[in-house]
Amino acid sequence: MRRFLTLLGRELGSAFHQPLAYVVLFFFLLITGFNFHAGVSLLNRAAGSTTIVEAFFNTVYFWFPFVLVFPLITMRVFAEEAKLGTLETLMTAPVRDGQVVFSKYFGALFFYLALWVPSLLYFAIFQWVTDMSAAGAVGSYLGAYSMLVLIGLFYTALGCLASALTDNQIVAAVIAFAAILSLFFLGLLSLFLPGAGPLVREVTYYFSPIQHMMDFSRGIFDTRPVVFYISSTLLVLFATFHVFKYRRWKS
Amino acid sequence: MIKVEQLTKCYGPLKAVDSIDFQVSKGEIVGFLGPNGAGKSTTMKMLAGFLPPTSGRAEVAGRDVFRESLQAREHVGYLPENVPLYPDMRVNEYLRYRAAIKGVPGRRLKERVTDVIDLCGLQDVEKKIIGRLSKGYRQRVGLADAMVHEPDLLILDEPTIGLDPNQIRQVRDLIRNLKRHHTILLSTHILPEVEMLCSRVIIINKGRIEAMDSPQNLRARLGVGGEIFLDVRVTDPRTAAVGLRRIAGVDSVSMRADGSWTIFTIQAGAGADPREALYEYAVAEKWPLRELSRSPVSLEQVFAEVTHSEEI
Repeated sequence: MRRFLTLLGRELGSAFHQPLAYVVLFFFLLITGFNFHAGVSLLNRAAGSTTIVEAFFNTVYFWFPFVLVFPLITMRVFAEEAKLGTLETLMTAPVRDGQVVFSKYFGALFFYLALWVPSLLYFAIFQWVTDMSAAGAVGSYLGAYSMLVLIGLFYTALGCLASALTDNQIVAAVIAFAAILSLFFLGLLSLFLPGAGPLVREVTYYFSPIQHMMDFSRGIFDTRPVVFYISSTLLVLFATFHVFKYRRWKS
Repeated sequence: MIKVEQLTKCYGPLKAVDSIDFQVSKGEIVGFLGPNGAGKSTTMKMLAGFLPPTSGRAEVAGRDVFRESLQAREHVGYLPENVPLYPDMRVNEYLRYRAAIKGVPGRRLKERVTDVIDLCGLQDVEKKIIGRLSKGYRQRVGLADAMVHEPDLLILDEPTIGLDPNQIRQVRDLIRNLKRHHTILLSTHILPEVEMLCSRVIIINKGRIEAMDSPQNLRARLGVGGEIFLDVRVTDPRTAAVGLRRIAGVDSVSMRADGSWTIFTIQAGAGADPREALYEYAVAEKWPLRELSRSPVSLEQVFAEVTHSEEI
């Protein structure tokens, strides 16, 4: 456990000790800030039944940086070590492959979660300034943020797998981006095929983050996405572990 | 300390290491010698637990490097060929991190890191970012990392490559000092280095062990008497050469004038050392003598001999 924590500490250190981290943080904050602003002005213009939490988590300004950020966070994790050759020093130290894979995964996940911390401030400030509730109920916060974590678990794992596949960070980012984007659009299939019928809608619901977020940000809790994201995460991490092991042995 | 049996590693159809056997006992410094691509690095990677062997087995400190990899790795300090380091970390930070993942207990961490920093002469750069260090310092950081957990065995892959002569000397001195506490397996293709440091040499070529012995024995085994230089003043070099040729152990004589002096280059027969006879001959002939010397057989010749015969 001590070794795992040391490795995790190193991952977090390397995640935050690079200029890319602050470029990502800056632009991410910029876009989410704009998204919040857009949400507030939308509600100002057309008072409807939606809350600011719902508006924030269901716009294109939310989804655009959301899918873009995973490749940027995860492209580094394995590819950089492979490129630098530090995999050799790392794996000749008495650490298990599993410890390395998990420390890298949780390091990336931590960075992703850190990106969302400032957004909590937006709602706090909104309530403080307007004296109005930002969400319909507490469940709306819980739902939206747990969905952020759940999708994050899965997409971070996908990014880690992509990074384990190659020595090149750009290639890793492209693979991760393609995988995440195709999953994302698969969820929208029923929109593209209007005549597809209820079966397609039923099936695509399982991996449509937009649908999931829409429900969860209203405070509607559904176990199906929970099971989907957690089991997919485990599957992808399992694959990452084996790819990592296999590529090392082949080198 | 190391036991290698029928160790083989294939990369596709290419046999990088071809069923080699050797042993290294505690306290030895063994030099791994061979041309580029001979399989030195591959063997070392297998011993360090980074690559699994295709067949055969290897043991380090009584632990199988593949089956008990984790326990074996605890006993090994490994310095890879190109010294990969994290460029974003500071020297002391990196060493502390490496010591922790290698299982140095928390209360001894500080002491161990200070020790290796002192030992490797890193005090001046302790707080510097690794990415900004010179090649020589990077090499020393790599060495410090290899021994921070006090391993029984140090595996050093070309520890002096790419350094300037001054730095090479410093690294060599460092390795010589380590001899007291560690068993060392080092690879190099710089021959004088092996002669200076190692008690035993393993010459490897095309994945096979070609020779394995102490540097002295290897030199003797080549059995060449070598060249002898005799620098004397003679009146008639031609008759002198004829006389020299008659001495037992002399194969051939050639000569070169140097003012009023003549330098004879004498090829001695295999295993023969006719220097004493040459001296007595010169005295008997009343030749003034300026120099009588034998060029040493270097490992270089042994190496060329051993690796060359295979290639042809």
